[in-house]
Amino acid sequence: MAEVLVVTSGKGGVGKTTSTAALGAALAQTGQSVVVIDFDVGLRNLDLVMGAERRVVYDLINVVQGDANLNQALIKDKRVESLSLLPASQTRDKDALTAEGVERVINELKGKFDWIICDSPAGIERGAYFAMRHADLAVIVTNPEVSSVRDSDRIIGLLDSKTEKAERGETMEKLLLLTRYDPVRAERGDMLKVDDVLEILSIPLLGIIPESPEVLKASNLGSPVTLANPISAPSRAYLDAARRLRGETIEMTVPSEKKRFFGNLFGRRAA
Amino acid sequence: MSVLKFFTRRSSAPAARERLQLLLAHERAVFGRTDLVAQLKDEILAVIAKHIAIDPEKVRIKTDTRDTLATLEVDIEIRTPNGGLKLAG
Repeated sequence: MAEVLVVTSGKGGVGKTTSTAALGAALAQTGQSVVVIDFDVGLRNLDLVMGAERRVVYDLINVVQGDANLNQALIKDKRVESLSLLPASQTRDKDALTAEGVERVINELKGKFDWIICDSPAGIERGAYFAMRHADLAVIVTNPEVSSVRDSDRIIGLLDSKTEKAERGETMEKLLLLTRYDPVRAERGDMLKVDDVLEILSIPLLGIIPESPEVLKASNLGSPVTLANPISAPSRAYLDAARRLRGETIEMTVPSEKKRFFGNLFGRRAA
Repeated sequence: MSVLKFFTRRSSAPAARERLQLLLAHERAVFGRTDLVAQLKDEILAVIAKHIAIDPEKVRIKTDTRDTLATLEVDIEIRTPNGGLKLAG
């Protein structure tokens, strides 16, 4: 049975698209078949982060409106065979999404994939609403910072009221993905700690992604960080999170970069 | 940075945490995510307001959780012109 997962946050710039790409790739790396869908119509970026920007022919809007079929619009990843991307439209606006169209696309994808990961746009408008609408579970991407935590709280409220699952009277499973975490600054008292955010939002923790230059390097290259550098600290955190999504119990840690003096000295390359 | 300033430096994260807890207790009540703290605040204030004139702006609610102990701290500033408690009614 396919799982529909929404990656959401309310606030922009906290790492939704990065996390969608990384979690999608990580799940695919474990052998699951995965499709990542960009719901940010008009401001698509998942294609760029995944390195597929030059391969987009048809998009979500074309499929929603019946101008193309799913197989024409899906872009298969060149690195991991079981990973596909359904890009958003760059030219249309978000009003082109319709409730019936999105539902039909999600239902069709359920027959093809183990995981359907919906990358929500920022904000709480139409695109964000459609991204969360059919979800079975939600990953709330949050930075340890006041405005991000506040917006996540607002999104949690919407997940509990505006989704199909909520309307059926069921509880939406919501998991916290804390990104850009800096354990040193948190320990110094200048950044909210993991426990602070958990206590305030009171949802279970999926993973802690440490702040790392590897994330930017990977997006420069157009690769999910888990594929660009699987042994880097953020990649290990995402790979652990993906295994937790699959039901495995893995001890929660904040991975840190391994000190590789000679590796860094001689092996450094511009990304 | 002076040596004194170095030793008396206050961390900012506790302030963030406190501000968020207060704000979200209020926002959850407004946006429908029921919250015990907001409800308690309203009910406690209603009871006190029956007897003492209070300014809702001068009320601070703080919650804290440590291991198995949760505390609710309610700080109400009561201002009276002549310094004493003035009971209503």
